[in-house]
Amino acid sequence: MLKVDQIDVFYGAIHAVKGLSIEVAKGEIVTLVGSNGAGKSTTLRTISGLMKPKSGTIVFEDNNIAGMAAHKIVASGLCQVPEGRHVFANMTVLENLEMGAYLRSDKDGIAKDMEDVFKKFPRLLERKEQVSGTLSGGEQQMLAMGRALMSKPKLLLLDEPSMGLAPLLVKEIFHIVQEINEAGTTVLLVEQNANMALSIADKAYVLETGKIVLSGTAQELASSEAVKKAYLGG
Amino acid sequence: MNSIKKHDLATLGACAVLFAIVQTLLFVDFIGPFWELNIILILINVILSVSLNLINGYTGQFSIGHAGFLAVGAYTGAIITVKLGLPFELALVVGTLSSALLGFLIGLPTLRLNGDYLAIATLGLGEIIRICILNIEYVGGASGLMGIPRFTTFAWAFWITIFVIFVIKNFKNSAPGRCCLAIRENEIAAETMGIDTTKYKVMAFTIGAGFAGTAGVLFAHYFYIAHPASFTFMRSFDILTMVVLGGLGSMTGAITGAVLLTAISAALAEYPEWRMVIYSLTLIILMINRPQGLFGSKELSLKMFGLGGSHNGRATESK
Ligand SMILES: Nc1ncnc2c1ncn2[C@@H]1O[C@H](COP(=O)(O)OP(=O)(O)O)[C@@H](O)[C@H]1O
Ligand SMILES: [Mg+2]
Repeated sequence: MLKVDQIDVFYGAIHAVKGLSIEVAKGEIVTLVGSNGAGKSTTLRTISGLMKPKSGTIVFEDNNIAGMAAHKIVASGLCQVPEGRHVFANMTVLENLEMGAYLRSDKDGIAKDMEDVFKKFPRLLERKEQVSGTLSGGEQQMLAMGRALMSKPKLLLLDEPSMGLAPLLVKEIFHIVQEINEAGTTVLLVEQNANMALSIADKAYVLETGKIVLSGTAQELASSEAVKKAYLGG
Repeated sequence: MNSIKKHDLATLGACAVLFAIVQTLLFVDFIGPFWELNIILILINVILSVSLNLINGYTGQFSIGHAGFLAVGAYTGAIITVKLGLPFELALVVGTLSSALLGFLIGLPTLRLNGDYLAIATLGLGEIIRICILNIEYVGGASGLMGIPRFTTFAWAFWITIFVIFVIKNFKNSAPGRCCLAIRENEIAAETMGIDTTKYKVMAFTIGAGFAGTAGVLFAHYFYIAHPASFTFMRSFDILTMVVLGGLGSMTGAITGAVLLTAISAALAEYPEWRMVIYSLTLIILMINRPQGLFGSKELSLKMFGLGGSHNGRATESK
């Protein structure tokens, strides 16, 4: 479904992503783990069109989307939940979700997906009319995810959804990621919390200073000595 | 939908009454030439602040070169009537469109910048426009373009102002308007939702610039002259002050800011030595007590007083 081939991404002179290749097949949860500054966010931002790669190709469902404008990429069915809960702070929860369906015009479908989102995130339903800037961190993360789902993506990119959340909430979020996947959405999950990410993923890549250093099934990586040592705390 | 239309009609009715009253007072000379001039100036400033509010308030971009677009409107409008001898109506249209076109051409590259960079770029742009005009002999260079007939009447200024307010208000509540608000709220999120952020920023900038041009045509055709000194960056700051004072992102605020500051400035015209002092003091006091502006980003409505029903006009209207 998604094939990233040998991309190089720069911030000015900083070579943040170096010849990176990953592949995501339909229906999978694929995770990209790595420590802070490894280039995970840069990779996601490049896939979703917020940044342009200097070289390499990104093929999504048979189209090369490398360097395409972000809004066109969203229209082709790929949606990113950016790191750090970017909600429309002065809009209500409901208005945020409506913005998520911005590119759609199938009213019935939108209404149905809205219901689904509220089913997945009952807290959002309780706070439907609340201004989203006043939500807690976890609720904002849920809102950002719910909003992305409203665009009905085929591939959902999640950038560190567990960041800064209490352990119980992290569990809840990961559980929902699994649910989303079971309902038919392919997921590319970026995480520092390798433990959690590997527990729900099918396939995993380990990123270090802009390069993939390890890859395999999530099970393989979870039991690999190198990964255990570097990311799973022994 | 029906209730919104009714609401608009009521507002229009109120405007007509206001217009009739002021027009009568002007006619019987109860309002003398000094205040007539200032009423026109207030209306022109309302157009300027409301149009700048579309860019800075609704879309969250920081433009401080609005006087440049005012100048373009003033000069192109004057060229149409003075140099080409064509009607005022055409001057209004051409003045508006040329400013809008310039806004579009300038907006495309500069709106990719953000925050401080955009401010500096627009500030520079305003000055470039002024200095270009200063050096074009065809439009009078440093001595300005003189002999412009006074076509701007209270009626023209009033109804054009109402029209501009109406257009911008409806734009805000339209689908593109929602995109502009989303960009203001969070540009990254807007982008990841599939909003073509550049397109909507340029759209808001173009409309805002165009209406500043309209104001320029009215301005030049009231004061008989278009002079480069009227369009310095101080003029841009004046407009920005009105918007910020009223509350960035509030239409009511932009209107109030323009009316208040122009009126204060006029009332103090007899005490030129105190004028800037009091003007500045007013600003300082207001900014200390209400840093978010008089209205914040809210609108004045009956609801504010706990009267009107559920007229919200935000998320719920049908497309
Ligand atoms: N806006 C930026 N300008 C310059 N360098 C950046 C910028 N954003 C990230 N970087 C650098 O790129 C590298 C990868 O960053 P990032 O993709 O954010 O890592 P991660 O998401 O894995 O923590 C880091 O070395 C970081 O310092
Ligand atoms: Mg990151």
